[in-house]
Amino acid sequence: MTAPALQLTDVRKSFGPAKIIEGVSLEIVRGERHAIIGPNGAGKSTLFNLISGSFPPSSGTISLGGRQISGLKPYEINRLGLSRSFQVSNIFANMSVRENVRCGVLWSLGYGHSFWRNIGNLREVQRKTAEVLEKVGLTEKADVPAVLLTYADQRTLEIAITIAGGADVILLDEPTAGMSHSETDRAIELIEMATEGKTLLIVEHDMGVVFGLSDRISVLVYGEIIATGTPEEIRGNERVREAYLGDEADFAEVTA
Amino acid sequence: MTDYSLDRLPDLAPSARYKFATRVLPLLLLALILLSIPLFEPSRTWLSLFNAIGINMVFALSYNMLLGQAGMLSFGHAVYFGLGGYAAMHAMNAIENASYDGGVWTSFPMFALPLVGFAGGALAGAVIGWPSCRRAGVPFAMISLGIAELVAAAGFMFISVFGGEEGITGDRMNGIELFGLSLGPLGEVYWFIAFWTFLGTALMYAFTRTPLGKLAQAVRDNPERVQFVGYNPNRVRYLVFIAAGGFAGLAGGMSAVNYEIFTPESLSVVPSGLVLLMAYIGGARYFAGPILGAVVLTYMQSNLSDYSEAWLLYLGLLFIGMILFAPGGLAGLLLSGANAFKSSFGVKEFLRLGAYLISALLALAGVVVLVELAVRHSNGFGEAFEPFGWHLAPDQVMPWVIGLVLACVGMGLLRVLSRQGGTGS
Repeated sequence: MTAPALQLTDVRKSFGPAKIIEGVSLEIVRGERHAIIGPNGAGKSTLFNLISGSFPPSSGTISLGGRQISGLKPYEINRLGLSRSFQVSNIFANMSVRENVRCGVLWSLGYGHSFWRNIGNLREVQRKTAEVLEKVGLTEKADVPAVLLTYADQRTLEIAITIAGGADVILLDEPTAGMSHSETDRAIELIEMATEGKTLLIVEHDMGVVFGLSDRISVLVYGEIIATGTPEEIRGNERVREAYLGDEADFAEVTA
Repeated sequence: MTDYSLDRLPDLAPSARYKFATRVLPLLLLALILLSIPLFEPSRTWLSLFNAIGINMVFALSYNMLLGQAGMLSFGHAVYFGLGGYAAMHAMNAIENASYDGGVWTSFPMFALPLVGFAGGALAGAVIGWPSCRRAGVPFAMISLGIAELVAAAGFMFISVFGGEEGITGDRMNGIELFGLSLGPLGEVYWFIAFWTFLGTALMYAFTRTPLGKLAQAVRDNPERVQFVGYNPNRVRYLVFIAAGGFAGLAGGMSAVNYEIFTPESLSVVPSGLVLLMAYIGGARYFAGPILGAVVLTYMQSNLSDYSEAWLLYLGLLFIGMILFAPGGLAGLLLSGANAFKSSFGVKEFLRLGAYLISALLALAGVVVLVELAVRHSNGFGEAFEPFGWHLAPDQVMPWVIGLVLACVGMGLLRVLSRQGGTGS
């Protein structure tokens, strides 16, 4: 039996007296699309930051493919094959779209910190970059400075950088936040395609997206996971409905 | 839509023509300028100015590896220039001693001293950068300032290494000759400077095209994100810091041969500040910016000081003016000028540009009159400011009024113009 792609065991995080994550245990199976939902302030982004190494958990362990990663630096975790995107577009604003993606490609192809090679002559790098750009549909805008892209294109670029390194485990933090309906539809199509054969962990507010995309869903409320299951199981779960109290009607409606 | 056969992938690399025009041509142009300067048989004054410009070009470009490319603001870059220069001075003396006593230094040509400077600067960068590159932003800037003060103070303390206040002197006309250059006459030193200026510039340009160079730009733009594509931003900064220290040391080695003297002052915050001004006034966002800055500031330093005692004040005003009105520096101004010229440059734009220039000149004239009057007034020699044969005496009221009116009218017009245009920045 292979180890789960990602496993969290009793992970806790507090900032001073504020307990943000209170004992989360979670197992993400290889190749599944797993969504984390929950009301605002539930700790979803904190959980992402813990997994990707932005800061270490106060206690508990996180392992990636059976290897413990809690306490490692973000770049070390990234090198082990976990890549994440950000809720607020986090791109290299003054560089062109192509250069942005290229930055995501370099390490995975083993070019490290080399200063004796002309980047323009690195065939593999150019090819991989072109491949990723083609995949996400940004080829036309390859030479545009990232800062001049439309919001939706910046979100796409965010995903492109995230998948460029070829990581097996992808974490997407609200990839469709602030998008229109048609943009969201396109983003979903892109996410499905880009994470084909990979393990996806996604935080998302749009219930339509969550229930359409994921194999399993975990519900995080006040730093604890109150339920994990298939979309059907979550839809019928009493505790989840309670957690969304006030939004109960909405919840039933959007998940129907 | 799911078929990504690789043959279909478009080649996104820029065309060969574009690459040639933007990457090779400027370097060829630089080589051409360097080669053609001696054809005009410049005087000794001009030659020494050109030599100083070459040294400052390499120094300012090395500074911009930090500021412009990796986004690291350093107040102590002269430390690496100075330590590289001192290493080169000691090597110069070792070559001289070896010419009497023999030893390994007999086979080291004086021409290659900048390599010793490079090694010295890079080593200093590797040692000092180890603690200081663990921080970015303001802490990094503060640490660099502290180190500059510390090293300069050490320079005055350790006399056997730095020579105390008189510094260390040497004689460049020793050892084996390379390219038939004895390095005695200034004209031969020019070829030495030109060689290393070109090589340093070309190598630093090449650095921007390497994976590490690109990552440096990524770190400048967004250090957080760099971590999530597998790179440690501190490590990238550290490596760039070593390279920048090396090239600063290279400039120091050029300076050692050119002046045959190094004093602890060259390690201090004063030259560190000057190189910052060069990079910023020239345009830190552009590779060529520091080159322009080095040319203009070195020229100002050597010539403007003949015309006015207050030249440092003008330098300060230029710096502030650039920060406020042209953050892209001289390179940015030239580039936007060229772009405006290319796209729809009609009579209206021409008039507008003329109006801008005239207003700016009025403002400048006013400021100059006021500054020069103030300097003469404070000197108390009763000397008058006499531009173009006019007689403006500081003890009369009228000259001050003229200066004030000129300055106010010029600035007022600039303000009106930039408001009217809407596009003024």
